[in-house]
Amino acid sequence: MPDSKKILLQIDHIRKAFDGVEVLKDISLSVREGEVVSVIGPSGSGKSTLLRCATMLETMDGGSLSYLGEQAAFEEDGKCVYVPKKKLREIHKNFGLVFQNFNLFPHYSVMKNIIDAPVTVDHVPKKEARERAEKLLLQLGLSDKADAYPCQLSGGQQQRVSIARALALQPKILFFDEPTSALDPELTGEVLKVIKELAKEHMTMIIVTHEMQFAREVSDRIIFMEQGVIQAEGTPDEIFHSSNERVREFIGKFQS
Amino acid sequence: MSISVMLMQLIKGLGVTAEIFFLTLIFSLPLGLLVSFGRMSKNALVRTISKIYISIMRGTPLMLQLIVVYFAPFYVFGLKIPNYRFPAIIIAFALNYAAYFAEIYRSGIESMPAGQYEAAKVLGYTKAQTFMRIILPQVIKRILPPVTNETITLVKDTSLAFVLAQAEMFTMAKQIAAKETSIMPLMAAGLFYYIFNLIVAFAMERLEKALNYYK
Ligand SMILES: Nc1ncnc2c1ncn2[C@@H]1O[C@H](COP(=O)(O)OP(=O)(O)OP(=O)(O)O)[C@@H](O)[C@H]1O
Ligand SMILES: [Mg+2]
Repeated sequence: MPDSKKILLQIDHIRKAFDGVEVLKDISLSVREGEVVSVIGPSGSGKSTLLRCATMLETMDGGSLSYLGEQAAFEEDGKCVYVPKKKLREIHKNFGLVFQNFNLFPHYSVMKNIIDAPVTVDHVPKKEARERAEKLLLQLGLSDKADAYPCQLSGGQQQRVSIARALALQPKILFFDEPTSALDPELTGEVLKVIKELAKEHMTMIIVTHEMQFAREVSDRIIFMEQGVIQAEGTPDEIFHSSNERVREFIGKFQS
Repeated sequence: MSISVMLMQLIKGLGVTAEIFFLTLIFSLPLGLLVSFGRMSKNALVRTISKIYISIMRGTPLMLQLIVVYFAPFYVFGLKIPNYRFPAIIIAFALNYAAYFAEIYRSGIESMPAGQYEAAKVLGYTKAQTFMRIILPQVIKRILPPVTNETITLVKDTSLAFVLAQAEMFTMAKQIAAKETSIMPLMAAGLFYYIFNLIVAFAMERLEKALNYYK
């Protein structure tokens, strides 16, 4: 990835503890435009917490966070200070998040799930929002599902709708937290395919995943986390041929 | 007294009963939502006050509450309010039912998965938008069965207004029964309450069905 590309996400020295237990210890990470970064690591290593801190679902204990050079949070006197709400709302528009269990709105149709936030939050005219949604549905192979309700869809279809819902707000960067781990193996493929297509279109993405082969194929960079720290970081080739004992052991588990 | 005259008087009473019923719902349903917010407030004082309020309203007889609301302005404050009987009844019923509804709302709101709030937050909804557009519609679906129960109880509870000699159906039936030394008027009133509740149950069932388009 050429360094000339703009830095979209900058995380510096973030810390997060739950009940006195440090879950993230001094994590730094920057992501440039068009980059696809996968985060791997054992259960409990803090991958979700990292994503939740970056998407501000969790408040950090320390460190700083900025999107496109705009500071969302910074450290002052050993504490993490967030910028005023109004500013945060603006910064929020830069990113989207796809959840493991989709979290679609069950009382809204697929179409409404996708257009409601653009219309309500961004004040996009309804007609334009619908056109945008139809394009996304076509792209994600869901054109015939616009009027369906989430409960009528398979897990894979629901996850694709939730990706469409996130994309409808035209984020600059999209986070995924184990987007396929709630899915049956035969449904996993259709979601991974969608993500790969997004990668081809140079969507900037940070993906927490246990799908090693997928991470290898899709990523520009892979981050290996363990016990709240980034243990190793590099291109897929570097990670898959790492000299780091822990990384090799972890990846080995998935290849057996 | 002929049967038709008796029925006419009962039906007039039924009108008042229906008025108490609908006005109570109109006031107690939103008030209950407010109380449930108080009950779940971050502010400990607001939370405690709401808790005490709910506890008193649910822990003492509604009949007693009716009497207190009606007589307190005069006996406590020396206030004489003209035409206060009917408003007093509505106030007492609304205050009482709001407490029950508050607990129902609370259970519904607390049963909502955190993921719904988180999804809305990441999509940029404000707190108010999240509640009105995402949470409340789903809560309403979830709480419909217990709300139906309360509503059916309310139909029967309207008869408690007889303690303030309000001319609703039960008061009328009792008066006619005493005058005519017949149990017929009371039986007829019972039938009317029953039919009223059949209609309520039917309406609530329709509403539940209408919300069955999603799980
Ligand atoms: N809200 C919370 N309260 C208390 N502890 C938490 C909370 N969220 C996470 N933790 C703890 O923080 C640690 C890291 O959790 P996290 O969910 O970030 O791990 P993960 O790497 O995503 O794991 P997995 O692969 O299982 O999803 C775990 O020990 C977890 O128990
Ligand atoms: Mg996780």
